[in-house]
Amino acid sequence: MLKQVLLAIEENTAVAENVYRMVLKGDCTGVSAPGQFINIKLSGHFLRRPISVSDYDKDSVVILYKIAGEGTKEMTELKPGTELDVLTGLGNGFDVEKAKEKGHALLLGGGIGSAPMLALCKELRAAGLRVSAVLGFNTAKELILADELESAGAEVTVMTADGSTADYCDADFEKGFVTDAPMLQGDIDDCYYYACGPLPMLKSVFKNVKCDGELSFEERMGCGFGACMGCTMHTVHGAKRVCKDGPVFAKSELLWD
Amino acid sequence: MSYSDPRLATTLCGIKLDNPVIAASGTFGYGYEFAEMYDINELGTFSFKGTTEEARFGNESPRIAECPSGMLNAVGLQNPGVDKVISEELPKLKACFHKPVMANISGFSTDEYAYVCERLNAEKQIGWFEVNISCPNVHGGGMGFGTDPALAAEVTKRVREVTDKPVIMKLTPNVTDITEIAKACEDAGADGISLINTVLAMRINLNSRKPVIRNCTGGMSGPAVLPIAVRMVYQVSKAVTIPVVGLGGISTPEDVLEMMMAGATAVEVGAANLTEPFACKHIIDGLPEAMDRYGIKNITDIIGIAH
Repeated sequence: MLKQVLLAIEENTAVAENVYRMVLKGDCTGVSAPGQFINIKLSGHFLRRPISVSDYDKDSVVILYKIAGEGTKEMTELKPGTELDVLTGLGNGFDVEKAKEKGHALLLGGGIGSAPMLALCKELRAAGLRVSAVLGFNTAKELILADELESAGAEVTVMTADGSTADYCDADFEKGFVTDAPMLQGDIDDCYYYACGPLPMLKSVFKNVKCDGELSFEERMGCGFGACMGCTMHTVHGAKRVCKDGPVFAKSELLWD
Repeated sequence: MSYSDPRLATTLCGIKLDNPVIAASGTFGYGYEFAEMYDINELGTFSFKGTTEEARFGNESPRIAECPSGMLNAVGLQNPGVDKVISEELPKLKACFHKPVMANISGFSTDEYAYVCERLNAEKQIGWFEVNISCPNVHGGGMGFGTDPALAAEVTKRVREVTDKPVIMKLTPNVTDITEIAKACEDAGADGISLINTVLAMRINLNSRKPVIRNCTGGMSGPAVLPIAVRMVYQVSKAVTIPVVGLGGISTPEDVLEMMMAGATAVEVGAANLTEPFACKHIIDGLPEAMDRYGIKNITDIIGIAH
């Protein structure tokens, strides 16, 4: 359910190359599922910035955002205490019930697309499921959330395209893309995946990861709540809005065959 | 019952509006998305998503770009087609909106405009037709009809023939002399004029060195275009005797007053709905206080007062 709220910045710090973590405090009861996003009004910009929720409870939201343009660059300069006008509770979010039918969840995150996997992991673990996460980055300098996901109870594999590793992190490192992860090459019939990342990664996951799953998309948005038809994509069920009908779509809804 | 201060009432083509604020087509869907957020009966009315004969996907993404104080869109008339609008969208709309609604229609031929209008004419909730001859984001239709006085008159005439409801022609600002188009529509039987649709524009991504929007060009809206809209509403309302609905960049109660002083009988609010979902409600709620500040008793007192 969409809510327009004022949220105060509690923390806004760099956590990886060009990636920041922002903690927002206030009425966050609008957020109802992992994989939803919030839409942030920034002074001096007409359109809001849609950013996926990494973790949340009823009075806080954590986002991880990458500097992608002027708006996100300016966000990095915002000081704790600053109040932001935010639309919360946007998008459908991940369907946790689907993994419960299988018992083993695979979280596949590409770059900043790893962000929503934290809240998802916590919810899946709370439901008693086995959770394996494969996070992919261009380089280990971009690494986010591996330790947090391990703490939350996931078995984590980090894939780096250049083969680099990070000493501080306990996760297993492998060279390659997300879909090259050793655990995805074996028998995964008892698994259900949740994927979020850049389009080439999502296409590769769709094609190469054999079990059923769902994928979270991003698109340039006008409103973020279904009014402008700015972010429409093709699906087997016809035109769907990434912001309102998505951002998460089932593998079976996609037209990539 | 009236949902707002009686001083805000105005009349558009013979139909009373509780207030002059109309949510603009393409920014308000078929109403029910916004009805989840507030009682949309507080609006004067709204103009629903531009409807064509067949379902349309519209343009490929990206469809949206930002600019200082505004945005560009190239949605390209995405809509479910007139049959589904009648069978699925209007029943949902009826459940949450109890006033006459404005039906925005579009087409790629004069036959299509007439067909869509005729199909919708039997729908009791439709109060007005707003005929979009100004969409900049489709090829072979839309704006093509709004940039030529003879074609604009032909569409007006064809729609006029198939409905007894008021016909409001929605004009594009992307012309040399907008008064010439407006007069052609009036002479062909239009009951009103609405303007402006979006301003043809483009943005280029410095990294990719290509236009941001896949369609290359898009229509610009938002506060940046307000002065263009005020100028054109002023010109058109001087040139015709039928009522003018003013739109383009309105986001505050003061913008409504300015547009009405320029000659608008009612106004539409578009892009503001997308960044501030409660924009129309806040504008309506703020109008009485803004009127007090500028010594305005009834809002209709100021229509065209700047002439």
